[in-house]
Amino acid sequence: MVDVKQNSQRSKFPPVDAVTGKSRYNLLSGKYLKIWQGPQHPGITGNMSLELTVCGDEVIECKTHVGYLHRGFEKLMERRKYIQCFPLVCRICVPEPDFNEYLFAAGAEELAGIEVPEKALWYRTLTLEMARLASFLMWIGGQAGAFGMATIGQWTVTMRDYVLDLFEELSGGRIYHMYIIPGGVRSDLPAGYARRVEDTLVMIEKVLKDIDLAMMHNAVFKKRAVGLGVITPGMVDEYGITGPNARGSGIRRDIRKDLPYLVYDQLDFDIITEEGGDAYARTRVRMRETAQSIDLIRQMLRKMPAEGPFFRKLPNVLHWKVPTGQTYVQAECTRGEYGFFMVSDGTELPRRIYVRGPSYTHAVTLMERLAVHVNIADTAGLMVSLHTYPPEIER
Amino acid sequence: MSLKDIVAPFSVWKRAFEKPYTNRKPLDTRPGAPRYRGFHINAVDTCIGCGTCEEICQNEAIDLVPVKETRHGDSGLRPKIDYGRCCWCALCVDICPTGSLGMSNEYIWIDDDPEVFRFIPGYDEKSWNHAELGYRRAEGYDLLEGQRVGMPMLSFEESRKSFVEMVQGFSAEQAKAEADRCIACGICVATCPAHMKVPEYIKAIRDDNMAEGLKIVYNANPLPASCGRVCSHSCEYVCAVKHKGEALSIRWLKRYIIDQIYLGDYQKILDEGEPDNGKRVAVIGSGPGGLSAAYYLRLLGYQVTVYDANERAGGMLRYGIPEYRLPYDQVDKDIEYIRSLGVDIRQNTRIGADVDFEVVYRDHDALFFSTGLTDPYGLDIAGEDLPGVLSGLGMLDDVTEGRKPDLGASVVVVGGGNVAMDAARTSRRYNAEVTILYRRREEDMPADDEEIHEAQGEGCLLITQAIPLRIEKGDTTRLKLFWGRAEMVSDGPGRRPKPVLIEGSEEVIACDTVIPAIGQAADYSFLPEETAARLTFKRGYVEVNEFHQTAEEKIFAGGDIANPKRDAISAIANGHSAAKGIDIYLRLLQKERATF
Repeated sequence: MVDVKQNSQRSKFPPVDAVTGKSRYNLLSGKYLKIWQGPQHPGITGNMSLELTVCGDEVIECKTHVGYLHRGFEKLMERRKYIQCFPLVCRICVPEPDFNEYLFAAGAEELAGIEVPEKALWYRTLTLEMARLASFLMWIGGQAGAFGMATIGQWTVTMRDYVLDLFEELSGGRIYHMYIIPGGVRSDLPAGYARRVEDTLVMIEKVLKDIDLAMMHNAVFKKRAVGLGVITPGMVDEYGITGPNARGSGIRRDIRKDLPYLVYDQLDFDIITEEGGDAYARTRVRMRETAQSIDLIRQMLRKMPAEGPFFRKLPNVLHWKVPTGQTYVQAECTRGEYGFFMVSDGTELPRRIYVRGPSYTHAVTLMERLAVHVNIADTAGLMVSLHTYPPEIER
Repeated sequence: MSLKDIVAPFSVWKRAFEKPYTNRKPLDTRPGAPRYRGFHINAVDTCIGCGTCEEICQNEAIDLVPVKETRHGDSGLRPKIDYGRCCWCALCVDICPTGSLGMSNEYIWIDDDPEVFRFIPGYDEKSWNHAELGYRRAEGYDLLEGQRVGMPMLSFEESRKSFVEMVQGFSAEQAKAEADRCIACGICVATCPAHMKVPEYIKAIRDDNMAEGLKIVYNANPLPASCGRVCSHSCEYVCAVKHKGEALSIRWLKRYIIDQIYLGDYQKILDEGEPDNGKRVAVIGSGPGGLSAAYYLRLLGYQVTVYDANERAGGMLRYGIPEYRLPYDQVDKDIEYIRSLGVDIRQNTRIGADVDFEVVYRDHDALFFSTGLTDPYGLDIAGEDLPGVLSGLGMLDDVTEGRKPDLGASVVVVGGGNVAMDAARTSRRYNAEVTILYRRREEDMPADDEEIHEAQGEGCLLITQAIPLRIEKGDTTRLKLFWGRAEMVSDGPGRRPKPVLIEGSEEVIACDTVIPAIGQAADYSFLPEETAARLTFKRGYVEVNEFHQTAEEKIFAGGDIANPKRDAISAIANGHSAAKGIDIYLRLLQKERATF
């Protein structure tokens, strides 16, 4: 990580304010330029934008702007019965809606003291890992595309579509599965499902091998990704960084292991870490976790119970009063810690549901810091390497 | 950075020779998965228009719109879905009590008119209306509870030994669990003759607010302790939840509310009513119709006098229904509250004998009569006047008055209605062997299902398609009843088949007592001839308008003599609407006349 102060001594850079630590520049001098990257830009992750101040082709200041996607989920939920929140929550994160479904269900179940049948726990874990796989596949495409390798994006997005086919078969929906519902899941696995999952996994593995050759062993990619956006281990706690972003800096932190939920304690896997903390290390973590996800899905298909109920009956959902209380439930999504803080006042409507998405930290505070002194052509790659999804910033 | 990093990327060139993954639209079509949540389908004939889909839809994409005629148990409304709003979550499919709503696996629909995307599934002609594939609620996943909470009851061995109330009532926990099953569709409200706000009082149970529940109940029914036990509960026959298994125990939930509140507390909870308005109304008969009219008239400020021929008030509630179904103290609870409001109930006062009808007519501003059906029909067969042949009502009457009926060791009850069941089960309580003969099939019996079930459970033998032929003096027993088997013969389309005697199928039962309970007729002998001449009658019923006003404007009538349903709740509803009618008549029409 290049120190800001040292750099400011170079004549090209504006002086730094001793109190705020921010650059003091005069736009009228003609030396600096403001550029909006986003909200409509191929190098931005979804509907957000970066306000970049550049000097030549180097970024000297970055400001994240959000608000393009605010749909007010948290507020909407306060006016809806619990069951009516269920179709809403998945929309908080489009590429992997299942974590929202799971956490909302888990929170409501914890408040109401409902125990979910064993089989539902396995099915939930299975869908969460399938969601992780789909999300990583899409992310690989984004990361490759941001460095000009759009073809890889086409392969992985296709592979993701095959995972979506599996979701469609399981739940009836490709993007918004609405499969995990308080009480369990909505249906059993279709006949022969495990075989079709395996077929898809084999296909994905083949593509991952090619990606390893075309991306991870690619001089261009390495040249641009190594040393880009370095997160030092010290920054991890300072910024509240979780997920692959933290693990890429050698921090062993994974909720699946640290606070096992669902059936993760019955699965055999290790926390994947890499050293370096740069975009390349993070890519390696995600590539390996994609493969790990495939392994976890295989383990589950082998170990999960074949018999038993997958749903426990709830009180009548049309007037389900969840007992007074509050809870925070969390899960490890592809981007880090995803959490739902839920408060019930004993009525039919939730008093407050707060969603903690990891992108808030990563896309706003962290990105603003990491973007400084990055070449403008690499901001897109840096942005993607933090793996952020705007809808969870603006719940 | 190594040489591999320069060379490796080129190794994936091979992918350039792979087949493309994409579908070539529109040449290739890709059907949705078998569970695909595509466009809605609805079996409109199975759908009952309960509106639960509309209720659960968080997008407010569903509106119920009229497409059919309203029938019992079917609102006639059907869901209209707005695809500008729908998010295809399929909660509407999950919650649908009849299972009529589903989704097809169709997902492509192109039109340049946005209005067409609001449509009535199943009713509007669509290519996917009969799609086999698509999302349906999965087996093992259900958002509603189809099973009733069991009602604690005496076993049949226990119940047939005494007149102790058989149904013991819900505990708080049971009542709440049962109340939780309600989906508040309101089809019951439409069906209840008194249009009781059932979902509202059930909600009061869930909220543990008994006072609120009592108020809601009394708004439409001033005899809830009785009705909560013996109502014919037409609501339960149409309950939407019944399509999932068993209907809600609506009647027993009402009873639960009443059982929780001490009579002494009623006055603190219920409305006092309007102050006296100086007008007087007479009510003849203290059955459910008369008491209901008296209660609502009293609330409207009328001075009400109820005339009743019996020793105690309640009419058929007390004299027609045995204590194991409706304990007398519960009838008293209802009546005492009405009396406490200032209604003057005069017992042992038979109009025509103790008081002259003309006097009552002259002394009051309006008159309501609800005298019920008191004349039992005879079997019209030989030997009917032999000793040992008792009328069902007469026998029940005796039991209420505390006289032990002379039944002997074996009884044959003829009839299939509730009075027949009551007579049979009462006879069982006097240790008689009981046989019930009914002309038609079991499904044709007018008695409540549970009455038939309980009668059989208590050991009454039910013989259907049996026609009594004659009664003779017995050899070892007091009587002999000869009966013949009947076959059911079609009586034209839309009419129930009629029983026709099979010649030569005669059988005989030796018994001590025969109890005909095949219905009863009204007794209008208390009406002076000139009054009766001013009223109009049709098939034994007094003809009335929607406010239960007879052809003589000052006289209103209700209950079994004026409505063919012949149950307590209809009589209560009649009393209520007559009270409104009398109020309109006395307050508005007379005022109008004074003005012109």
